[in-house]
Amino acid sequence: MNPVLKNTLLFAGVGVLLVGTGMVQGWNAALFILNMGLVSAIMALGVNLQWGFAGLFNIGIMGFVALGGLATVIIGMPPVPQAWSAGAAQTFAGLFLGVATVVGVIFLRRKLTGRAKTIGTIVALIAGFFIYRAVFDAGVAKIEAVDPALTGYLGGLNIFGPHRDANDMLLPDLFILLAWPLGGVLAAGAAWVIGKTALGLRSDYLAIATLGIAEIIIAVMKNEDWLARGVKNVNGLPRPVPYEVTLQSDPDFVARAASYGLDAVTASTIYTKLCYTGLFALVLVILLWLAQTALKSPWGRMMRAIRDNETAARAMGKNVTARHLQIFILGSAMCGIAGAMMTTLDGQLTPGTYQPLRFTFLIWVMVIVGGSGNNFGAVLGGILIWWLWVEVEPIGLGLMNLLSSGLADGNPLKDRMIEAAAHMRLFTMGILMLVVLRFSPRGLIPER
Amino acid sequence: MTIKVTAVLIGMGITFGPLPTALLALPFGIGATIILVLLTDWLIYKFYRDQKAKPVILVIVSMGVMFVMNGIVRFAIGVEDIRFADGERFLITAKGFKDATGLDEGLAIKTTQAITVVVAVMVVALLFWFLNKTKTGKSMRAFSDNEDLALLSGINPDWVVKVTWMIVAALATTAGVLYGLDKSFKAFTYFQLLLPIFAAAIVGGLGSPLGAIAGGFVIAFSEVTVTYAWKKVLVYLMPDSLEPDGLVQLMSTDYKFAVSFAILIIVLLFKPTGLFKGQSV
Repeated sequence: MNPVLKNTLLFAGVGVLLVGTGMVQGWNAALFILNMGLVSAIMALGVNLQWGFAGLFNIGIMGFVALGGLATVIIGMPPVPQAWSAGAAQTFAGLFLGVATVVGVIFLRRKLTGRAKTIGTIVALIAGFFIYRAVFDAGVAKIEAVDPALTGYLGGLNIFGPHRDANDMLLPDLFILLAWPLGGVLAAGAAWVIGKTALGLRSDYLAIATLGIAEIIIAVMKNEDWLARGVKNVNGLPRPVPYEVTLQSDPDFVARAASYGLDAVTASTIYTKLCYTGLFALVLVILLWLAQTALKSPWGRMMRAIRDNETAARAMGKNVTARHLQIFILGSAMCGIAGAMMTTLDGQLTPGTYQPLRFTFLIWVMVIVGGSGNNFGAVLGGILIWWLWVEVEPIGLGLMNLLSSGLADGNPLKDRMIEAAAHMRLFTMGILMLVVLRFSPRGLIPER
Repeated sequence: MTIKVTAVLIGMGITFGPLPTALLALPFGIGATIILVLLTDWLIYKFYRDQKAKPVILVIVSMGVMFVMNGIVRFAIGVEDIRFADGERFLITAKGFKDATGLDEGLAIKTTQAITVVVAVMVVALLFWFLNKTKTGKSMRAFSDNEDLALLSGINPDWVVKVTWMIVAALATTAGVLYGLDKSFKAFTYFQLLLPIFAAAIVGGLGSPLGAIAGGFVIAFSEVTVTYAWKKVLVYLMPDSLEPDGLVQLMSTDYKFAVSFAILIIVLLFKPTGLFKGQSV
């Protein structure tokens, strides 16, 4: 079959799935899946850049996504002035001292030799660590003491504050859109640090390094309350789209909804979600266009040449490590952007919900099922697998009910089966990935 | 090497599968795991081995296997916290120790801890004997050193792979049982164990069994040292006037794995072959 026709059919198939969900479970649910699917598609695009273009094995996607989430808090929330005046200077001074210690140690190691080098390093590290902790901890304690039930953190940079109309209803705040690029920048910074240390080494060390740094990022976000409230979560992030409540109080909107035969509540939720869909689709199209252009450019050809034969590419004078670092940063930045978009959609940052399963493994399934090395494949995989991830549970439950329908109610086996349906996801995704890897390793839309 | 990485991953996936309620059931657990692992190998890994697939592909495949295994475990056992330790909980209780010695601080040794130490020593001794003295062990090491040469000398690669899997299954199950006895069974624990295990293997030096043990201890001790509440010690060492206010933790307990990771990075940067001169490739 003609590949263009096949791809169109595949995308149409995903569309049918979404429309079917809309008919069965309501349009709200379908749009929710579509929105997250678009975000997942961007993450998959980023991973595809790293894995499909360059063959880099990144299993720390979760960390980059979480950094994107952090960016939304930094940009979106209004600052907490008391916290800033209480301990911000001291906290940042502490952080500065910490960085200064590391820089100082590196400097010392260059200057000293022999035994003096070892002793000097250890003494400088220990002394620096305790000074840093003394200054930093005191500053943090002051910040976290400021109204801990509501704030207890520095807040963000959104000095324009929440926008309200005359009736005190919340209005959309476009300022938070700045968080998306910032999320990319934060993730890119983290990727630079990881890439600098791990990319020169063996290939599987990158995997371990990303795995570790992702866990550390999550741990920092959970524990450093002064930064983004830790596990206390940040709620009420501003939205770039109209609020449902505001729409419902708007007589024009209610009248327009009525003319379509919808009640105001349903119409407002769908309208808000559609606005998100539009924004996300716009970002996805831009990134997809960039990735396609990159793939077709000489740069993309060089990347694939490096992936297929590193030694040959190096012999041709390509700087393999530098190119790897470049694409690793770009791919991670995409994950960061997607992470910021996701937190914007959720309206809250909950560091406890970042699971490697959901944010690393699932993205990998998307890339592999969709077709590694093909951007359209990544997008297709992103939406399709996200749909499956959400729908596997109801489908599994229905299946289990059907299978156990012969058994009497209260039968332990029946209870067991129905309870087990909740864990279908993991199992299905694992099997799906293994089957695709075994029988169609190039994915649904193979690389061309 | 590839086999090793996959082994670790899959090992983690299945460790908690046949968790028996008591050590008596351990041989059956190991037996069941061996069958499961060999089946998985035949069903999934053999294809990629015959194809001579890239190591990274194998890692991805084992990631898939890990999640399927985890899914099966959740189906079969559920996700609730299960505790196994039965019988006498403590060998030496904190109070008993205080009474017997007249010291201020108590010392408690759980029965499970004692069992862990004894079993671990036995397993390590057995492993060393196997690798260094038996013919199969020697052929395994030869196979990992130089595949072509091993094939020329008439070593059967299928057999070596099978034996490797069996040992992996036995070790992983034992470790899983000991862990489960000492702590508790949770379907989610295994992922958090992955990083320290990687770190221990690499810090020690891949391919060196002695290194693996040393690496394990280095990681474990540094994790505890850095996150330990030093107040307990300082109270006795310092004069009263200097007594610290806080817990004097160097870092909060949640950063445990950050420590293992930091050590991993330091070792990789300064001594890429690990402490015991393993393979670096």
